[in-house]
This record gives sequence, structure tokens and C-alpha cells, in this order.
Amino acid sequence: MSSAVVEITRTKGEETETVARAAYEHPLPVRLCHWANAISLFVMVGSGLQIFRAFPSFGAKIPQKDLLNWPKSFAIGGWLGGALQWHLTFMWIYIATGLIYLGYQIFSGHYRQVLFTHKDIPGVWPMVKHYFFFGPKPEAREAYNPLQKQAYTTVIGLGVLSVLTGLAVWKPVQFSWLAWLMGGFHWARLWHFLTMWAILGFVFGHLVMVVLHGWNNFVSMLTGWKKNPEY
Amino acid sequence: MEPENNKPDGEPKGGEAKAGDQEAVERNGGNREAAEPAAVAPAASESKPQVAAESKPIQTEAVQPKLVPPRLTQPTMSNRRFAQVSRRELLKVAPVLVLGAFAIPKFQESLLKAGLGVSDWMSARLFRRGHLAPTFAEAELTPFEKFPINGYDVEDPGVIFENWTLTVSGAVQKPGDYKLEQIQALPRVRQNTRHICVEGWDVIGRFGGARLSDFLQMIGADTSARFISVACADDYYESLDMATALHPQTLLCYEMYDQPLTRKHGAPLRLSIPTKVGYKQAKYLTDLKVTNVLEKVGYWEDQGYSEFYGL
Repeated sequence: MSSAVVEITRTKGEETETVARAAYEHPLPVRLCHWANAISLFVMVGSGLQIFRAFPSFGAKIPQKDLLNWPKSFAIGGWLGGALQWHLTFMWIYIATGLIYLGYQIFSGHYRQVLFTHKDIPGVWPMVKHYFFFGPKPEAREAYNPLQKQAYTTVIGLGVLSVLTGLAVWKPVQFSWLAWLMGGFHWARLWHFLTMWAILGFVFGHLVMVVLHGWNNFVSMLTGWKKNPEY
Repeated sequence: MEPENNKPDGEPKGGEAKAGDQEAVERNGGNREAAEPAAVAPAASESKPQVAAESKPIQTEAVQPKLVPPRLTQPTMSNRRFAQVSRRELLKVAPVLVLGAFAIPKFQESLLKAGLGVSDWMSARLFRRGHLAPTFAEAELTPFEKFPINGYDVEDPGVIFENWTLTVSGAVQKPGDYKLEQIQALPRVRQNTRHICVEGWDVIGRFGGARLSDFLQMIGADTSARFISVACADDYYESLDMATALHPQTLLCYEMYDQPLTRKHGAPLRLSIPTKVGYKQAKYLTDLKVTNVLEKVGYWEDQGYSEFYGL
């Protein structure tokens, strides 16, 4: 599924010429959720790392072996109590944007633009070759190529996982079944941490691609309109 | 799926050249004659509703029908209109900037307090009186010597056991000083439960004591009151919501690992609450009050920790 392309025209005296093409790729709910979620993710990671500083280990308390001592400069909240305030406040924004996004995608049918399905599987390898091994660029037919769809679909799954593992850490008694699925509170905390790094891995790749794909791509997440799409 | 009209590119990021070229044309003032039709071929027929909505005004606008070439199947939009639409759509995203209020020092504290309040409110809703915290087998216990000691001030406030009593006050029928023997005369519960610290570490310990609910019954507490507050020999203080106080696993704990509580672990009496985080489980209890109004919530809560922090 691809967004319809509109021709941008310019009229000069009697002449009307096509100067660009544009497609409306990102409806307003998607854009709002994207930016609110980006902000809340930033706060969740920063405050999460400050919380982690209180006990930077996944082993026993006695004797305590630190996994890594996270520098204070890359953390939000100043101290454990402050970080928990940020974390327990922004988690609601994080969850809300996720639910609104998912609800909108499902009920509008817009998810077809981004959901990775079996039809996208044959297109993955050509994209990998193009991105990582200087292979030829496969023809772009829609807003997202198979690899993008795979990344965006996976990160939604990771987002859900970050909430579920977080719930197991926050409420290991009330959601004891959830904590049990993850091996108990102790392991749920590790899963929560690993999920964060997986999401950060996505964010890194996402930012690299935004830089490589240029200004029009970035603007499209602000205005919804992608100028001169490749399809 | 072989890409057909695709010329292999020498340079690594050559794939972006096409979009880049068009962009360059744009920036040069759109001097290019016209977009070649081949570039704009498919996909146009399935026009999406919102695009239709966006392009609707255009039809009423300037574009003279005689100038539209017949080959053009796409909807069109004047560049002025496009700039206008883009600006409008950009403004619609502006509400996200409201989150910037969290960056303003003046609002930050109260906003975070409100956010934490939402979490505490939700915590209280999620708490189920009949739902038990997981219990564990003997083999899963953390060895006693590896059970951490987290005093907030001193490791041993030097309680003189012979003189110790628990002073009960507030909404109770039988206020006064209660001896340890009176508490130990209540049915004794022993349970292996997980002790989770707000810092993130956790241990599984064996705790023994009387149910707080049994004690509340003994003192004739008004269980419709909202809170239990406790004071400690080391000047620590805490409070509990009544629902948690009445939970069957909430103990007035005088034993750990089947031995009398040691001084470092809060002798002679502490709270053991498997449905709460560690800092709610006060040691060295000296006073217990049943009340509807809390003057102070707890030592850590009054510095910004969650008031409910139920697990």
C-alpha cells in the first residue's frame, strides 16, 4: 500500500509546470504519537539509567558485582527518588502514545503502510545487500521498503515488551504471572534492561537513516507530506 | 523481485542520488522544465481519502483546466497551496511542545508530583486484598548472612528489650502499651517471600510473626480508617494503607529464618510486607497509630519517593 502522489505545480503567467511531487505519508495521530513517544522514550531511558545507578548489577546484593557504573551525566532525575518520579510519570505518556498509535493504525487501516508481512520477506535480502554491501537499489514502490517495515514492526513489538517487562518490575506481585513468565522479578529487571538496549539499537539505526535520507524525509514526520518520494 | 529500471551505482549511497537531484532542482528555484511523467507513474489511482480531502480545495482553486495536460492522472496542488498545507500540518503537531513544561523548573516539581500521584493512585487500584505474593521453597532462600542490612541511619539504635513496648494509639478501642509476648501470643505465620528494595536488588527471606490484621483485631482498631502509621526507635517513620495492613501476608515480624529478629534486622519488631517495596517495611517499631490523616507519610516518601509503592 502506498500513499497517493500529488503533483506540486507552479504557475508562472500562462504556464503551469510540475515542480515537485509529494505524498501524504503520516497522518496527524501518527505524527503526534511519534514525537510524544520520542520525548517520553528519551525521559524513560535517562531516568531508567539513573534508577539503574542505584544498583548497577543483575546479580546478588551481597557480594555486589557492578555490571557497569553508568555516568551520572547521561541520566535524568539527579537521584533515585527523582528518577523514579520521572520514570513513573512519563511511563503513562509512553504507554498512552503507544496505545493511541496502535489503536489508530488498526482502526484506520494505516498499519498496512508499515506492517511487515510475509509478502515483504523476498524484498528483505535485496535491501540488506543495498544498505550494507553496496548492492543495487531495489525499486521503491511504497513509503517503506521491506527492511524498514521489518524494523518498524519489530520496534513496536519491543515497545510492547518494554511495557510488559516494566510492569513486571513495577508490580511483580499484582502481575505475578507476568513476572513468572520472565523468570521472576529478578530476571524481569534484566529483560527490561535488555529491551531498552534493543530499542536504543533501533533508535540509532533510525537516526542514521534519517540523516542519510535527508531533509524531506525528516520534514514528512512533521508535516505529514513527503516531498519527492521515491515511488 | 528484480529491480528492472535500476542502474547499478558506483558510489555507496548512490541510491539517494535521485531524490537528492530532485531536491537540488527544488532548491534552485524549480527551474526544471517539468517532471518526466515516467517518474510519477503508478499508485496514483488508489487515492486515499485524506489526500482527496487535502486536494479538494485545489480543484476549486486557480489551476486552469485547459493547462492541465491530459496525461496527468495525479491530483495536483499549487506550490503555494502546498506550502500553506505544510505549515498548517506542522502547527497541528505543536501540542507536543506542551511536554516542554517538564523542562521549566517552576512547573517541574509539581508536574512530577502529579505524575507520581497518578502512579500511586493506579497502584492502589491494582492492589488486590486476596492476591498473595509468591512464596518460595526453603532451597530458594537467600542465606541469612547474605540478607542485606539497609539501615537509614544507624545499624542498631540500641533498643533495651526488657523495657520495650509497642505504643498503640488512634482509632482503636484498646490503646496503650503492648508487650512483645502479647504479639507473640497471636497465631504465628512463617513465610518465605521476596524482599524487593527500591534500589533494584531482591532477596528471598524467611519471615515469621503475627499477622498485622490479627493485631489490629486485638487492639480493636477501626479498620475503616485509612492508614496505619508507625514510628521507630531510630526515628524512622512509615505509614501503610489499610488494605495492605489487612493483607494476610502483612506481618508484625519478630523472627527471621526461625530465629528471633537480630538487632541489625530491626529487633524486637519490624514490618514484613511482601506486597510492598523495602522502605515501607520499617524496623525497630515503637509506636503504631490507626488514623485517617497522616501528618507525615514516611521518611523517604517525604523526600519524594512513592507513597504507595505496592509491588
